[in-house]
Amino acid sequence: MPDRVYPDGTSGPFPAPPTTDTDQSGREIEYRVVEKFAGEALEDTVEMYVEFDPTDRAQGIPPTGEERIRNWLEAIAESSVNVVARHGEDVVGHAVLVPDVDDPAAVGDVGEIEWELAIFVLQAYQESGIGTQLLKHLLGHADELGIRHVWLTVERWNTPAIALYERVGFEPTGTESFEQEMGILLE
Amino acid sequence: MNVLLGLAGSDESITALRRTIDRTSEIGDDLTVAVLEKADTERSQEEMYRQAEKLLSEAEVDAELERLQGDPGASLVDYAEQGEFDQLVIGGGTISPMGKIQLGSLTEFVLLNAPTTVKLVR
Ligand SMILES: CC(C)(COP(=O)(O)OP(=O)(O)OC[C@H]1O[C@@H](n2cnc3c(N)ncnc32)[C@H](O)[C@@H]1OP(=O)(O)O)[C@@H](O)C(=O)NCCC(=O)NCCS
Repeated sequence: MPDRVYPDGTSGPFPAPPTTDTDQSGREIEYRVVEKFAGEALEDTVEMYVEFDPTDRAQGIPPTGEERIRNWLEAIAESSVNVVARHGEDVVGHAVLVPDVDDPAAVGDVGEIEWELAIFVLQAYQESGIGTQLLKHLLGHADELGIRHVWLTVERWNTPAIALYERVGFEPTGTESFEQEMGILLE
Repeated sequence: MNVLLGLAGSDESITALRRTIDRTSEIGDDLTVAVLEKADTERSQEEMYRQAEKLLSEAEVDAELERLQGDPGASLVDYAEQGEFDQLVIGGGTISPMGKIQLGSLTEFVLLNAPTTVKLVR
């Protein structure tokens, strides 16, 4: 059973990938599930994080430097759920859920465990609606998989991110220090 | 240097204890270890006290060992204010499944309120 406090009501429905739409800057963006986070899909995402401006890092992630970025992504690759935003060939946004368990291989029902969420949009693509779409599509995909409990932490001063999370249905769980913990319950 | 180590019941506290003991035997700092009262941690205050006693004696480090009652942050900062400490050491910072660093509320309280330099052992 979940350790954290989740909202009483559920949120959704959310759109499921794949979707293609035009962002607020007129760019055509595709939201797509990464079924196997390895090989080319992984490398494209590594490339995005190599480009990522470290001033926008959140609680130590993404790490800096290609090697550390690859190690981080490989460490979470195995059992994570990934949706990316693509502009042409490039990954410009990445949203991910990681199971909050010691042994992901032993998980029977994905709806019984809690999943930690993170989302990053490349600086040149921020404030164009991509983060909102990407987040909704990740939650839509999670819902399809049967995932119900999603949480995250966000630095308390990261008001754009907190506003974004609240808008889709995340609520504070009550745990806070420098980071605000938030949770959402899917249908 | 006169060092005060605050211990809650977490794994990070055990790490902080080990590192501080190592450093104390190397450098010869004066060490006081304050064991905090903290609900909802892996180890009780008593277990933590005994663990500290054991590790200190194994390392043959001569330190003051204290139990502090009441709110862990407030009691630790209060104790630090009453002594002549140069540094306050706490363990803090867990890593989430995602790889995010998370600092707990005790860490935040101590960083914001302590009168001395604070060392955060991760
Ligand atoms: C948080 C983040 C994913 C949002 O992505 P995005 O593509 O900029 O999001 P959107 O364009 O959909 O914006 C969502 C809302 O936040 C607002 N916003 C986004 N960035 C903002 C900023 N820097 N300052 C003020 N408002 C901002 C937008 O105006 C929008 O509000 P609106 O819908 O009322 O117009 C992105 O900024 C990011 O990657 N930040 C760095 C990493 C991070 O903090 N991640 C979150 C913790 S894991």
